[in-house]
Amino acid sequence: MALPILKELSIDRSRYDEANKHDPEFEAPPGVNESVVRIISESKREPDWMLRKRLEGLKLYEKAPLPSWGPSLESLDLDRIKYFIKPKAKESMSWDDLPEDMRRTYERIGIPEAEKKSLSGVGAQYDSEIVYHKLKEEWEALGVVFTNMDEAVHRYPELVKKYFMTQCVPINDHKFVMLHASVWSGGTFIYIPKGVKVRIPLQAYFRMNADRGGQFEHTLIIADEDSEVHYIEGCSAPAYESAALHAGCVEIFVHKGARVRYSSVENWSRNTYNLNTKRALVDEDGVIEWINGNLGSGCTMLYPCSVLRGPRARSDSLGIAFAAAGQNQDTGSKVIHAAPYTSSTIQAKSISKDGGISTYRGLVKVMPSAIGSKVSVNCDALLIDEHSVSNTYPTMKIESDKVDIAHEATVGRIGEDEIFYLMTRGLSEEQARQMVVAGFIEPIVKQLPLEYSVELNKLIELEMEGVG
Amino acid sequence: MMGLEIKDLYVEVEGKEILKGVSLSIAPGEVHALMGPNGSGKSTLANALLGHPRYKITKGAIFLDGEDITSMAPDERARKGLFLSFQYPQEIPGVTVENFLRTAYNNLHGKIDVVKFNALLKERMSALHIDPAFSRRYLNEGFSGGEKKRMEVLQMTVLNPRFMVLDETDSGLDVDALKVVAQGISAMRDGTHATLIITHFNRILKLVEPDHVHIITAGRIVKSGGKELAHETEEKGYRE
Repeated sequence: MALPILKELSIDRSRYDEANKHDPEFEAPPGVNESVVRIISESKREPDWMLRKRLEGLKLYEKAPLPSWGPSLESLDLDRIKYFIKPKAKESMSWDDLPEDMRRTYERIGIPEAEKKSLSGVGAQYDSEIVYHKLKEEWEALGVVFTNMDEAVHRYPELVKKYFMTQCVPINDHKFVMLHASVWSGGTFIYIPKGVKVRIPLQAYFRMNADRGGQFEHTLIIADEDSEVHYIEGCSAPAYESAALHAGCVEIFVHKGARVRYSSVENWSRNTYNLNTKRALVDEDGVIEWINGNLGSGCTMLYPCSVLRGPRARSDSLGIAFAAAGQNQDTGSKVIHAAPYTSSTIQAKSISKDGGISTYRGLVKVMPSAIGSKVSVNCDALLIDEHSVSNTYPTMKIESDKVDIAHEATVGRIGEDEIFYLMTRGLSEEQARQMVVAGFIEPIVKQLPLEYSVELNKLIELEMEGVG
Repeated sequence: MMGLEIKDLYVEVEGKEILKGVSLSIAPGEVHALMGPNGSGKSTLANALLGHPRYKITKGAIFLDGEDITSMAPDERARKGLFLSFQYPQEIPGVTVENFLRTAYNNLHGKIDVVKFNALLKERMSALHIDPAFSRRYLNEGFSGGEKKRMEVLQMTVLNPRFMVLDETDSGLDVDALKVVAQGISAMRDGTHATLIITHFNRILKLVEPDHVHIITAGRIVKSGGKELAHETEEKGYRE
């Protein structure tokens, strides 16, 4: 049986790939150096402590080597990237205030519509800064803070000083965190007060428009004791010839008894390097849930990490990666069990087709103090054809003996016999393949909440079009 | 002719010739049985009839109601009304029985309303004594051998093909399950279906009496006769 290229499995990117005219208010010259960092800080009228933090990050960055493992970053020319592009729009609480092309971009992706239907609040970033932000009043009245990160520096300096790139993702973590610390801009700041349960998700959407752009948004979520929140991020960029860089950073604090669900669908264009850092610190009885869909980017390196530092803290991680031609999806999950009776589950599924490479790279570390902890890791890979590649590097460092560990990894190829079986029931070869793929990701898709990001649903639909 | 016609079929699997000139004609309304020892080419015939890519037809032809289907893809053959109940059905994780069968039905018979389809499915499941919960389960995943066979017969009764090939559908079934499956096959014996039952044993043929019995050994049909031939064969074994 021939293996035709499956058009139906490719995403129709036209709605994401189209760029608007590049018409920024202001942009810093390409490359990163002290003057660029000062320009960014000054443009935001930042307090001195933030500028110092940026400069410290820059110093570290200049000395740090590129990672010696993982996908090649050779064609990423860091000197050509534009690190700061201020959009020509003031942050607004009304979509109508946005320039028309900008507004149309978000409409095409479906954000204003989703806001009306199923979200508590929305933020939208365009290149380096947030252009739209709104939280429904009922949540504001309960003391929920949902604002852009730049503004939080001015309005909540004590919280930002305490939580921003200190204990969760310190500025010396790795090369791209150092870079992020020096040029970060925009992003989301969320504070949920004690006991407040935000039942309807908050969403932020990050859009890169500029050619050779860099986006370095910072997301900081603080869920105070016994609070609950679901935060959704979507990301995309138009397709250009030259490399773009996304090096965002997400820090989540799950305090005692709190529960945070973080969902993201990253759908950057194929010229984007997505080198993202996401981490959660989870206290006693806290729960962090990660849901990550990685469908875009030419190269992704992303390993959301949970540090379970309080007794009975829990981390659940679900991931889907999709690597098509020219894509290298290097993703995985990390969990550090640092307290007794903590538990974690990791479920990762990857699909590779047309020569795409997907790699699961994970780490579970159980410290000696984490007695009675439970770990379950499940990674499954599906190869659509024989040119595609799947790698699995699950590392386990278990330093406590009273733990319960389950680990399973499978690599499957769509088999000739499966396809034949389905075809004898009247399904075309393409339908049969789509059915097998849809079935493969079903266990994850069915766990997603209905209100889950506009993005993933739309994308999966596009990919799986025609499956009954 | 009308019905399923196999003319002088030669089939190779991975370069090895397995079928060496098999001819069979099954008219609408007829049930034929094909019996033979292990390795005689029974399953090869079943797979070649449906167009499995590993089974290469080197000579001969297959006709459905006089139309040559020898070079058609498996799904085209299915649309012409040919069905195979597999000896070893595949597991398709994540795809529910209901979703799968509705997709198949839509392809074979045109789009059907979901409510109507579910009613049809429910009725056919109950006729085969299949727990309705199975419609929400993933196709064949974690099913016992007997459950898989019953699922094949369920597919057959829902999709209602005109030409049916049952490859060892009776093996691995206990007496009760065998009776239910035989009833399912008998229910389709209405003068319009051409049926080929491939089996090792006589026991299913006691429940579904064939009009003709053929004995295959080493890739050739060596003997054909009435239902008494199945009896004889069971007593004497497969020697000529």
